[in-house]
Amino acid sequence: MNDPHLLSLTVNGTEEEVLVEPRRTLADVLRHDLRLTGTHVGCEHGVCGACTVLVDDAPVRACLMFAVQAEGADVRTVESLDDGVRLSDLQQSFSEHHALQCGFCTPGFLMLAEGVLAESPDAEREEIREALSANLCRCTGYQTIVDAVHATATSRRETTA
Amino acid sequence: MTATDVPGLEVRTAEPRFEGRRGRWVGASIPRHEDPRLLTGRGRFVDDIALTGMLHAGFVRATVAHARVTGIDLSATRAVAGVVAAYDAADLALGDIVALLDRPAEEFTPTAMPILAKDKVRFVGEPLAIVIARDPYAVEDGIEAAVVEHEVLDAIVDEATALRASTRVHDEAPDNVLLDVSMFDTPGVDEAFSHAHVTVEVTTRSGRQNALPLETRGVVASWDARDDQLLVQTCTQVPHQVRTLVARCLDVPERTVRVTVPDMGGGFGQKCVVGREEVAVAAVARRLHRPVKWIEDRREALTAGFLAREQTYRTRAAFDADGHITALDVDVVCDMGAYSCYPFTAGIEPLMASAEMPSVYRVPAYRVRGRALTSNKAPTAPYRGVSRPQYVMAIERVMEKAARALDLDPVEVRRRNVITEFPYTGVNAVTYDPGTYRESLDLAEATIREEGWYDVRASDDRAIGIGFCCFSERTGYGSEAFAKRKMTVVPGFDLSEIRMDTTGAVVVTSGTMNHGQSHETTFAQIVADRLSIDVDRVKLRQGDTERIAYGWGTFASRSVTIGGSAVALASERLGELLCRVAAHLLETRPENVAMDGDGGVVQLDDPTRRLTYEEIADVAYLRSHLLPKDVEPALTATASFDVPGDGTFSNATHAVVVEADRGTGAIRILRYVCVEDCGVVIHPQVVDGQCRGGIAQGIAGALFEEVTYDEHGEPSAASFIDYLVPTVTEIPDVSISHLETPCAFTENGAKGAGEGGTIGAPAAVLNAVNDALRHTGVELDVTPIHPRTVLSALEGGL
Repeated sequence: MNDPHLLSLTVNGTEEEVLVEPRRTLADVLRHDLRLTGTHVGCEHGVCGACTVLVDDAPVRACLMFAVQAEGADVRTVESLDDGVRLSDLQQSFSEHHALQCGFCTPGFLMLAEGVLAESPDAEREEIREALSANLCRCTGYQTIVDAVHATATSRRETTA
Repeated sequence: MTATDVPGLEVRTAEPRFEGRRGRWVGASIPRHEDPRLLTGRGRFVDDIALTGMLHAGFVRATVAHARVTGIDLSATRAVAGVVAAYDAADLALGDIVALLDRPAEEFTPTAMPILAKDKVRFVGEPLAIVIARDPYAVEDGIEAAVVEHEVLDAIVDEATALRASTRVHDEAPDNVLLDVSMFDTPGVDEAFSHAHVTVEVTTRSGRQNALPLETRGVVASWDARDDQLLVQTCTQVPHQVRTLVARCLDVPERTVRVTVPDMGGGFGQKCVVGREEVAVAAVARRLHRPVKWIEDRREALTAGFLAREQTYRTRAAFDADGHITALDVDVVCDMGAYSCYPFTAGIEPLMASAEMPSVYRVPAYRVRGRALTSNKAPTAPYRGVSRPQYVMAIERVMEKAARALDLDPVEVRRRNVITEFPYTGVNAVTYDPGTYRESLDLAEATIREEGWYDVRASDDRAIGIGFCCFSERTGYGSEAFAKRKMTVVPGFDLSEIRMDTTGAVVVTSGTMNHGQSHETTFAQIVADRLSIDVDRVKLRQGDTERIAYGWGTFASRSVTIGGSAVALASERLGELLCRVAAHLLETRPENVAMDGDGGVVQLDDPTRRLTYEEIADVAYLRSHLLPKDVEPALTATASFDVPGDGTFSNATHAVVVEADRGTGAIRILRYVCVEDCGVVIHPQVVDGQCRGGIAQGIAGALFEEVTYDEHGEPSAASFIDYLVPTVTEIPDVSISHLETPCAFTENGAKGAGEGGTIGAPAAVLNAVNDALRHTGVELDVTPIHPRTVLSALEGGL
């Protein structure tokens, strides 16, 4: 049952092959096999959302998904957001609004927000608030996270308008 | 909004004895230095560390709350594929964790916390053995294979069973009391009650909570033969205390232990005590000469991590006909769980409550008894606020009840009692430095009134209530204040070293430990102003016991007050050194030069003559033969700082408007106003963030979070399904106003802002809920407030 399986998937645009036990989670493969440690694990039972990544453009809890379920999938993690020199508009907005303190939940919120903004580019503050209730933050009191995502949504609309 | 914006409100600004130092950087919300790496996933948290040959650890834990251990069999564990080793207490033979107070036997009972349980387990989740394997999955397999035999004993799970039980959690404590101190019984208490116009009695209780940093605890330990040193990389708020205790438990010289701290995903006090798991993992890494990692899982964090808060206050207060409090009599009982934490001991909560219970009010006569009980529950650590949320809740309920009894407005009762003259020495022998107690109360009330909430409350047929909480918070206890608690390990001072390199860039160290508070930014602001350099030229280094002789880490809102003062002093000394060298090189008197605000030293009587810091540093390191004879090479300076006397107090008033849902009993917060005074604000956005985050945790305690146990001591909340952490939909937006009373004796006039939000919110919310229930005849004095309680009040009262 625990025989290793050769997994193929695309992570942040790069094709990867990893030998995994069937019980290994996607979070562990990303963090420990591919050393993409930006994705954090906060509860391992799908509630806190710190491990949120995009799988085929949809936000997914990487702690609840077995890696083998991601066979052939296109996975995006927080490491894909900046260009190596500059922060993305969303990351910049998080910094400007002080939407992070310890930063542990931040990658999950960023990926959740990217998923939400892609799905609902017209979202206003209340809708954003509702969507962000998927994840937990223990430091900020959430207000500035909502502000940051809302500001990004607004500026993206202005840019595309 | 500022105080002066409120029509009709006369604000008396406290006279500053010290003008807070503001400069180019202090006072500005500059981009945080921490942000780029944390936003791009390039931070380094403890679970991100991977070392060659690293093994993984996990713990066999007690499945019952109280039992005599008759056997541990790890043979099947050791046979599991991937398992490398497994040890119980006898195998490791480590010293116990012992935290002491310098108090007589009738006041304090010393107890020991073994690193791994020996003959007895005292709570569900207590570690019994450590399993080492090649990967974390095999660790779990190994733990599952362990066999533990025990004889179950009766569990002590509440105050009633603890105080009357024949069962003892610790043999040394026959009545299950670890601390019993009657700190004050000042003259006139009984007389005041016998002459009271009104006597108010209230029993307030707060549920057991988890501080719940989103990053659980964790450690990577490795042995370095060349350095003859154990490297312990751990997420702790107190790296030097971990080093001291690891050395003591392993019985090795302290120089053979180095503790470093990577990025931390919060702490909130849970990580300001030393965990037995940290010591066990360190011991195994030393024994195996292999790196070993342990990452606590969420179930362990919820059941076996340090918990907090479960306290009961039986308070009586006497009032005269004018609404002035004339006496306060309090019995404080704190359920500290199975063990005393290091370095604070089980006494920390009742002692702080006893010392500070009179809060922001003029109390002429005071009696208090504080007790710490031990029980078969996970032990506690001082969570953000440390007994202040509880004693503030008790005295703020007193004010509300007195208002009802005297038929006065609750804010008016507070106004008649709040301290307005400073410095004020209270009946509790504590001297309070200037603050804005009355001003914050007035502004909070005026804001709620101006916004029309009193009209909404009066006219609406919904159950709407308004609640207030006025409080202060001693921030940054110095060693003198901690010594009064009679701890044998007395925190207080902090050290800093600053170095300027040949490029004029600066590295500064601090014994404090950032875990979300933005020290890398705020400390850099302080340094940059003192040296007149760009803030990006300053790098803070914390969390490495090799870089600083000793430190007390980060807790009790001490970092900016104490650590920030130490870095300011060190910077000032470095500035003096730069000027001295420059004067020599410019061939003028030291009084004739000054820092020019632009990264250089200028000659005052001839501003064309100037040296940049790079030019001075070039001499200090690379051409030291040009230095003055009495100046040693290198550009370094050190400083220490300690807060004198009783320390400094931040203060705030919170005002909350809530609606109790008539259909479900759920509480919705309609408006939250915070008026705070933490002295000089170094970084306004960061202070706002501390307030909002603190308030969110206070609301969590008031309305949602509780760790409960059944009669056998089995914890009921082992996942986030049962432990209700509020999300963005439960936490309201908070508006914050700042009053600013600079502290006279910290270097920057700052007072500390880490805990206030958490302290004020539970009482403010509880008072607001009671106001919403004012027509029902029901009064609630317990948190968390359950919807079913509110609903039955609403239904019964209609």
